[in-house]
Amino acid sequence: MSSAMEQLYQQLILDHAKHPHAKGLVDGAAAESHQVNTTCGDEVTLRVHLDDGTLERVSWEGQGCSISQASISVMSELVEGTSVDEAEQLGETFRALMRSRGEGLSDELEDQLGDATAFTGVAQFPARIKCALLGWAALRDALAQAGVATNEEDA
Amino acid sequence: MTTAALSAGELAAVRADFPLLGRGLRGGRPLVYLDSAATSQKPEVVIDAELDFYSQRNAAVHRGAHQLAEEATEAYEQARAEVAALVGVPARELVWTSGATAGINLLAYAMSNASLGRGGEAARALALGPGDEIVVTEAEHHANLVPWQELCARTGATLRWIGVDDDGRLRLDELATVVGDRTRVVAVSHASNVTGAVTDVRTVVARAREVGAFVFLDACQSVPHLPVDLPSLGVDAAAFSGHKMLGPTGVGALWARRSLLEAMPPFLTGGSMVEVVTMETTTYAAPPQRFEAGTQMVAQAVGMGAAARYLRELGMAAVAEHEATLTRALLDTVAAVPGVRVIGPTDPTDRLAVVSFVVDGVHAHDVGQVLDDAGVAVRVGHHCAQPLHRRFGVAATARASASVYTTIDEVAAFGEALAHVRPFFGLGGAA
Repeated sequence: MSSAMEQLYQQLILDHAKHPHAKGLVDGAAAESHQVNTTCGDEVTLRVHLDDGTLERVSWEGQGCSISQASISVMSELVEGTSVDEAEQLGETFRALMRSRGEGLSDELEDQLGDATAFTGVAQFPARIKCALLGWAALRDALAQAGVATNEEDA
Repeated sequence: MTTAALSAGELAAVRADFPLLGRGLRGGRPLVYLDSAATSQKPEVVIDAELDFYSQRNAAVHRGAHQLAEEATEAYEQARAEVAALVGVPARELVWTSGATAGINLLAYAMSNASLGRGGEAARALALGPGDEIVVTEAEHHANLVPWQELCARTGATLRWIGVDDDGRLRLDELATVVGDRTRVVAVSHASNVTGAVTDVRTVVARAREVGAFVFLDACQSVPHLPVDLPSLGVDAAAFSGHKMLGPTGVGALWARRSLLEAMPPFLTGGSMVEVVTMETTTYAAPPQRFEAGTQMVAQAVGMGAAARYLRELGMAAVAEHEATLTRALLDTVAAVPGVRVIGPTDPTDRLAVVSFVVDGVHAHDVGQVLDDAGVAVRVGHHCAQPLHRRFGVAATARASASVYTTIDEVAAFGEALAHVRPFFGLGGAA
């Protein structure tokens, strides 16, 4: 296997794909978003569970490739317990990582992303960036649906 | 070389005609291109035809009295004759379109306009309304499904379909019940872009004739790979694209029997498709010009003509025989890898070298990534056939598809890469 492949399919990604976090929809959510990747038909339904400006948890159901599934799982872990603002900022940072062509971000930003920096290698494969972003798109949309989103810019 | 399969030397010569096949990929890996059902590579004669048109003949066709306009018009009409000859039809029955999708929409919108009363008495036979039915199949590419859904929505007609069996073959036994007195159109693909199954067109036509319906054939996957003689298949209309048959993108053809073409009101209207225009009303040119509004994709048409000539010179029987070898090799290769299941017939009879498959425990996108890492280009996803994938309970498949330039060695390289997929994701089954 090439080194690009090893960077793409890091063990952390394979583990999350196999044992996803927060999978299984939970009742009592503030809002829900359904997103489809039109190129491959992958889909996710993601719910945000809010408590006074805090994103208590997300729950989701979906099917797709290892990159999309692992990315939703890592994201779910990362945003759990953060404020809505922090969750949105993490989304922006993750989108910046996907635009980095595999170069990565500053140490400070990468620290914020934690395990999600494992997706740095995805940015070298333009066709797979959408896979990694599927869950983050659902999160942003769900927060908008819930009426708590403050950050509507960017795509 | 029109009767036997391609010899090794002939195949090498064919490959040398395709400049792109000589390029390497990341890390110096050779390219193994198994995505020809999505789009084919182009031989030098096609690339040269476009280059020659732009550098020597470029001018507006069917207007202007200067020498360049004459030469451009001749190249354009000569190309029409080449493409028509490939499928056994008269050039005057062949309409240039921007692709097969545009061709199918043209036919559907002509019927839609007929249903609104356009086209006068001649078009009345094409008018649809509540109570009328259009029959498609569960195996269709979205391009031969959605335009008919929309036509039904606009006219009040009902869409019906025949199913697919577990092997990926059409349930032609359902023709007797699904196609009936209310059926006006039967629209079916000649070969599936997912399962590779070739439709028994004559059986479809025979049933349609019994009820007076006309038959439209989506010939995108058959024309590049099989000898196709549209009139002898008995269908009434057909569409295919240039880019899948070694030609350029942005061009395709719609064929219909002359009587049908003449009855069809226009779809796109504007310049070049008219007879007499006043401020109040317009009369239209005879087909095919009636359906070629505006400035056409002349260079691409000339390129498609060159592709048709290239295929005819190879001989479609030889092409088909070579590809039949590849079909068997692809099926054997996939069958030899543990944990891989074919979506489509495993019997190579009446089947093209288009093999879609699922790898147990690995999503198609991940399969494609591992194959790409070995230089093997396949398609992943639903291949614009979501209902067919739903029928088989899968969201996505990976698809390996061959063309005349594909070699047995490439199929072997594909097999080797495929054997690495499950082990890469920590699953058993190394070959």
